[in-house]
Parts: sequence; structure tokens; C-alpha cells
Amino acid sequence: MPDMNLVSLKTAVALPEIFIAAMASLILIVGLFLREDSRDRTCYWLSLLTLVATAALTFDGIVGSPISAFNGLFISDPMSALLKIAVCLISATVFVYSRQYNLDRDIFKSEYYVLGLFSVAGMMVMISADHLLTLYLGLELMSLCLYAMIAFYRDDKLAVESAMKYFVLGALASSILLYGMSLIYGLTGSLELGAISNTLSAIDQSNLALALAVVFVVVSLAFKLGVVPFHMWVPDVYQGAPTSTTAFMGSVPKIAAFAIIVRLLVGGLGELHEMWQQMLIILAILSVAVGNIIAIAQDNLKRMLAYSTISHMGFFLFGILSGTDAGYSASLFYVIIYATMSAAAFGLILCLSSKNNEYDKLSDLAGLSRRNPGLALLLLILMLSMAGIPPTAGFFAKLSVIQSLINAGLIWVAVTAVILAVIGAYYYLRVIKLAYFDSPVNETPVSARSDSKAVLTVNILLIVAILPWIGTLISICNDVIAGFGV
Amino acid sequence: MIPLSHYLILGALLFAIGVVGIFLNRKNLVILLMSIELLLLAVNINFVAFSHYLGDVAGQIFVFFILTVAAAEAAIGLAILIVLFRSRKTINVEELDSLKG
Repeated sequence: MPDMNLVSLKTAVALPEIFIAAMASLILIVGLFLREDSRDRTCYWLSLLTLVATAALTFDGIVGSPISAFNGLFISDPMSALLKIAVCLISATVFVYSRQYNLDRDIFKSEYYVLGLFSVAGMMVMISADHLLTLYLGLELMSLCLYAMIAFYRDDKLAVESAMKYFVLGALASSILLYGMSLIYGLTGSLELGAISNTLSAIDQSNLALALAVVFVVVSLAFKLGVVPFHMWVPDVYQGAPTSTTAFMGSVPKIAAFAIIVRLLVGGLGELHEMWQQMLIILAILSVAVGNIIAIAQDNLKRMLAYSTISHMGFFLFGILSGTDAGYSASLFYVIIYATMSAAAFGLILCLSSKNNEYDKLSDLAGLSRRNPGLALLLLILMLSMAGIPPTAGFFAKLSVIQSLINAGLIWVAVTAVILAVIGAYYYLRVIKLAYFDSPVNETPVSARSDSKAVLTVNILLIVAILPWIGTLISICNDVIAGFGV
Repeated sequence: MIPLSHYLILGALLFAIGVVGIFLNRKNLVILLMSIELLLLAVNINFVAFSHYLGDVAGQIFVFFILTVAAAEAAIGLAILIVLFRSRKTINVEELDSLKG
């Protein structure tokens, strides 16, 4: 019988999660007691402070050995620390971008931050999960908050419709995941990921039920990631949701998705690598192909970025499916860079949008260089990075993933990935062409709020300015994956 | 004693009915929410059956958590449904088609 006092549970290991959940509850209550005019400002600054403080609390964990807590439900290792810091900092950036947009549209003010913080808490639990139960609870806490964040723009018909779609497909994906988990539990007799992995190495792996369990788990993860053929919800939800929420759900949850994939597929079901590798190859190639080709036909910027997400998620799976430490590390690097770029892309739309203009059409960008040269330059850098053109961080992210594919001997997959990436460059370059060479519909200059513009500038310049330190970042990724000990 | 396979077949059947309910239903969103509940309950049957036959309570504790999350999920789902009905005056699945491309 395990000991059940606070010391033996090692509650302190989960301090960042406890802190962020407590602060989110506090901000929720503070928001109720403040007057309308000061509520937004107070909640906004408190939320930013919470996120930065949580990142600081996590910082120590990035070196050192894994610590297991709560009788094996929870684990704190270097990988979880790195992912949590990334989640907190990128969420804080998204909050800065979103503020003016939410104010202009009179969307609930403090609730956006509270739901965002709870969602981050869910992601952090998921990142640190060492047990199927914590994995599921973290995933649900994250998803439930995201559904609410879309639906709370309740006067907008598209937002509500996309919330409903996301909710139904998200719930379906969760049930499929649970069904897979129940089969794994039945076959291995354990819910702990470490114990599952040990049992799997001892039992017959040609078991049909085991194959079924893997299919269920992979399908549900594919749903959550939005890779083809389970991508139907992504464009609708990205387009329909208020842009402030799209910015949030388009960036940070991808980092959490990396965590769930590594914990569940690599940590728990690592013994069945052969089995899920085949499925992931099909999913990844299909999503890079479909994402990049359909994105060309879009005229809505948010929808185009949604298809771009689909293709990026496919690329990210390439690293995972190579099945080597180098591959996982490349995927980790890719997903962090991608989340940064995605936050910046939606941040740019948020900066441009005004009270009466969503700025989400591609044609809205025409002649941006004449209306606001600064933002046009940022857009140029961002699109080059997303397309993977050197010397941007996006190039190195793609490079390391493709390198890991080649090292794993999957040459044909690597060649396909490169060809599809070149096709994908077309629609990113088209955005640059629109901004620089087309004439604007109206010549009036557009302006952005100085605080979000400053953060956006830092965010996008980081994509290029990180270059001298890119080796350090890659080696940090390598170290944390080595610490994960697969 | 009822063998494990009977419970698993029941669970699989309920799960299949839930999935079919989501994909075939073109009329009413409430039925969709009911299908989602059915999916989660099917999983619960699996967990309880395995838990009993393995002699391990962890599976049954998992079920408590699933039930709790299902309640939260139903609350959010119904809330979205109400907002949707207010803005559209309909809960017909076929009429939710303004996002396409």
C-alpha cells in the first residue's frame, strides 16, 4: 500500500502546475470584483505575470535527472521542463497579441486569459504525465478550455458553428483514445507508461488486439493533431474561431501534442515501433501533400494557415516516425520553431485587424509594403521561414527532420518530403508577392498597437536572430531527449 | 460467470453504435451529444470488465475520472448548443454548413 502523505507524494514537483491553476482561479475571482474599466488591464497583467513566473519556476528542471511524483502519475524530467517553458512563453506572446482584438470585439475580457491559463495548466499536466490517467485528464482540461475559447465569441455565427464542430470531433477523438487506452490496460494490466512498456516487451506482439489498440491510439492522435485524413475540422475551426483564439490553439497545443506523442507512442508503446511507424508514414506523407496542395487554392488567410498547419504537422511526424533519438530531437526542435512561427503569423493578423476589419483575406494583404513597410518586412521574414528558406530557423527545422529520416534509412520518405516542401513554398511566396508587388485596394496606412507590434517584431526577428545559437538550441533538444531515456 | 469476451463485445457494440450515431445523424445535434456520451460509456464498460478480470482497481478508478470528465464535456457541449440555437434558431446538423472550402 503506497504511502499517502504530502511528502511521499512529492507534491513540490508539480509546483508550476499548482501555481498556474491557483493563479487562474485567483484571476477568475479578481475579474468578478473589478470594475469594467480596470478589469481587462489587471487580468491581462496578472496573466502575463503568471505565465512568466510559471516558466521561471520550471526553469530548474531543465538540467538534472527525472523525478517521479504522485506514486508514478507524474514525472518531471528535462524534456518536460523545456516543453513547459516553451508553452508558457509562447502563450504569453499570444496573450499580448490578442488583447486589442478582444477589446475591439467586446469578447469577454478576463475569461479569455483565465481559460487560456487553465488550458496551459492542462498542457503542462499532459507534458508531465507518466500514466494514462494524467495524460487523459491533461488532454481534456486543455481541450475543454479550447472549445469554450472558440464559442465565447457568441455573436459570431461562424465562431459558434466551428466550436460545435471542434467539440464533436474533439470528443470523438478523446473517446477513441480512451478505447485504445482501455485495450492497452486490458492487455498489459497496467496504466503506468513505464510498466506498459515493460510488459509489452515480454508478451507476443503479433496479437490482433494489440494492433487494434495501436490503431485506436494513432487515429485519435491524428485527429487531435489534425493530420490527413483526420484533418476536416482544422480549416473550419481556424477560420471560424476568433483570431485571438486561433492564434492560441494554432501554436501552443502543438507543443503539448509533441509531449503526448512522445510519452504515449515512444515511451509507452515504443516496443511496437514497427507497427505505428507504417501508419505514421502514410499519415505524414498524406498531410504534407494535401496540406500544401489545398493551401494553394485558399483565399482566406486563416484558412491558408490552417492547411499550412496540416502540412507542418505532417513534417513534424516525419521526425517521430524515424524512431531514433535524433528523430525525436528533430521533431522537438521543429515543433518549438513551428509554434513560434505560428504564433507570429496569427499575431500579425491580430496586429493588422481593427475594430471593423478582420484582415483575414489574402487580398487584404495586397500592397502591404506601401501601407505599413515595417509589418510587410516582418511578413516577408515569417513567410520565408515557414517555407523553409535559409537562413531562417524554419530551414534548420526542416533540415534536421529530413536528416533524421535519411539517417533512419527512409530515403524515399525524405525525397517525398523535400518535393512536397518545394510545392508548399509556392503559397508562402505568393503572400510575399501580394504584399510587395500588388497594388493596394486602398492606400491608407495601417497601424498596429505599439506593445503588440514590439513583441511581434521580437518574435519574428528571433526566427532569424537565433541563427548563431541554433546549434545550442539543437543540442539542448538532443540533451533533453537523451534524458528522456528511450 | 459471464466471460470477459461478452463484456468486450457489448463495449465494442456500444462504441460502434456511438460512432455510427455521430456519422449517420444528419438531423439533430442533441442526438450527437448523446452519441458522444455513449462512446464514453462503452469505454467505461471495457475498463470495468478488464479491471474486474485483472483483479486491479486502477481501471475502476479511471472510470470515475471518465464519468467526471464526461459530465464536464456534456456541460460544455450543451452550452455551445444553446449559443448555437440562439444565433441560428436551429440545431439541424445539415444546416451547419457556412464553413466550406
